[in-house]
Amino acid sequence: MPITCEFEYLKPKTLPEALGLLARHGRKAAVLAGGTDLLVWMKEGLREPEAVVDVKGLKELRKLEMKGSALHVGAAVTFTQLLESKLVREKLPLLWECARTVASCGVRNRATLAGNLCSAVPSLDGGPAVLAYDAVVLVQGAKGRREVSAADWFVGPKRTALKDGELVLGVRFPLPKRRHASCYLKLGRYRGEDLAQVGLGVLALADDSYRLAFCAVGPVPARAKRIEAALKGHKVTDELLWKVQELVAQEISPITDIRSSKEYRLHMAKVMVERGLKAAAARLAGEGPALGEEIL
Amino acid sequence: MKKVPIEFKLNGVKRRFEAAPNDTLLEMLRDRLGIKSPKTGCDRGDCGTCTVLLDGRTVRACLVLAPEADGCEIETLENISKKPSPLQKEFSKRNSFQCGFCAPGVVLSATELLRKHKKPTRPEIQEAIAGNLCRCTGYSPIIEAIEAASKK
Ligand code: FES
Ligand code: FES
Repeated sequence: MPITCEFEYLKPKTLPEALGLLARHGRKAAVLAGGTDLLVWMKEGLREPEAVVDVKGLKELRKLEMKGSALHVGAAVTFTQLLESKLVREKLPLLWECARTVASCGVRNRATLAGNLCSAVPSLDGGPAVLAYDAVVLVQGAKGRREVSAADWFVGPKRTALKDGELVLGVRFPLPKRRHASCYLKLGRYRGEDLAQVGLGVLALADDSYRLAFCAVGPVPARAKRIEAALKGHKVTDELLWKVQELVAQEISPITDIRSSKEYRLHMAKVMVERGLKAAAARLAGEGPALGEEIL
Repeated sequence: MKKVPIEFKLNGVKRRFEAAPNDTLLEMLRDRLGIKSPKTGCDRGDCGTCTVLLDGRTVRACLVLAPEADGCEIETLENISKKPSPLQKEFSKRNSFQCGFCAPGVVLSATELLRKHKKPTRPEIQEAIAGNLCRCTGYSPIIEAIEAASKK
């Protein structure tokens, strides 16, 4: 399908130049990083920008590095770069596992985490990782910088806290203070590239606290706070798992769509809570399946 | 619409081109420059048959704007096939493809894999070509050929 809308392609070399372009074109501007969502939407006529602003030339956006006790992921960093980073794998294993399940290699070579967060489709694989790590989205507009916590970022399907004229500079992941292990489970219709029917990220921390975040089972990805509260301070046992499985229906609001029914989503979300918690707890104890191994 | 002057290396040769902003890299290669190995399948990132190497990485040419190729190095199957690689020999030895529509994409994805990992495991091979859909073969002869080439 060709792209039928007409636009100007602009590739700013500096951040002020980029912000100037975004301010000038406002809602008629589209920011281009990996383009793996934007081009599809332009082909389908869902986006018809007058200016496409390619931000891959901005060096500020390409950084992937530790800043103090947080990992900074620049907005132009691709999922492949996350996967190839030892730092990500060791310090933020949940982000690594999420990155691994995004689409296919050819898409991951272009697609960025920041772009994933800006597209904000309910099934986004980046969602559980940013929520579970309490990440912060760094945003700059003409009037200055602001920070938006992951919890406040997702406003609705394909809607975020980003305002017209603003640009995402990157995402900051504060490293958990305690040792932790993780597990990302993604249910798809088949192995290999697919969007999630249900996605669940689990962190198990050394003080017996847990963080769980779902995607694809509600309008926005979200933490499962009731489950986290019920788990806090306990080791993962079968009795406890049965108890928290009962809470799953209160945490999510799945719908029936082309990829699955809401009943199936709810059922599998319970299965995934059990397997995800077991795997994360086992990994924390130095056992369990290797990172990236199929658990579903 | 304002055309964008770009410069890139295509299969080892420096090229200049005036790209329409709303042309994809796939359209530029196939329709303007006569490079026909990348195919148009889904045209939305799902099938992988439009795969080319951009700065050594496989990308979906249907999801890249032509102007984004500025300053990049593009490699397509045309280049790799000048002298068939051990990988391609394994493919042909086993008749790994039937209609062949997916082949350019599969060859490039497997080429990227073998350049990164000399000895990939089977799951790594499967993951590397998971984004290349093949409607004919059932994948086994493709995976076996990649495995055999990696043992060479
Ligand atoms: S044609 Fe590009 S992925 Fe299908
Ligand atoms: S050989 Fe026909 S699609 Fe793969």
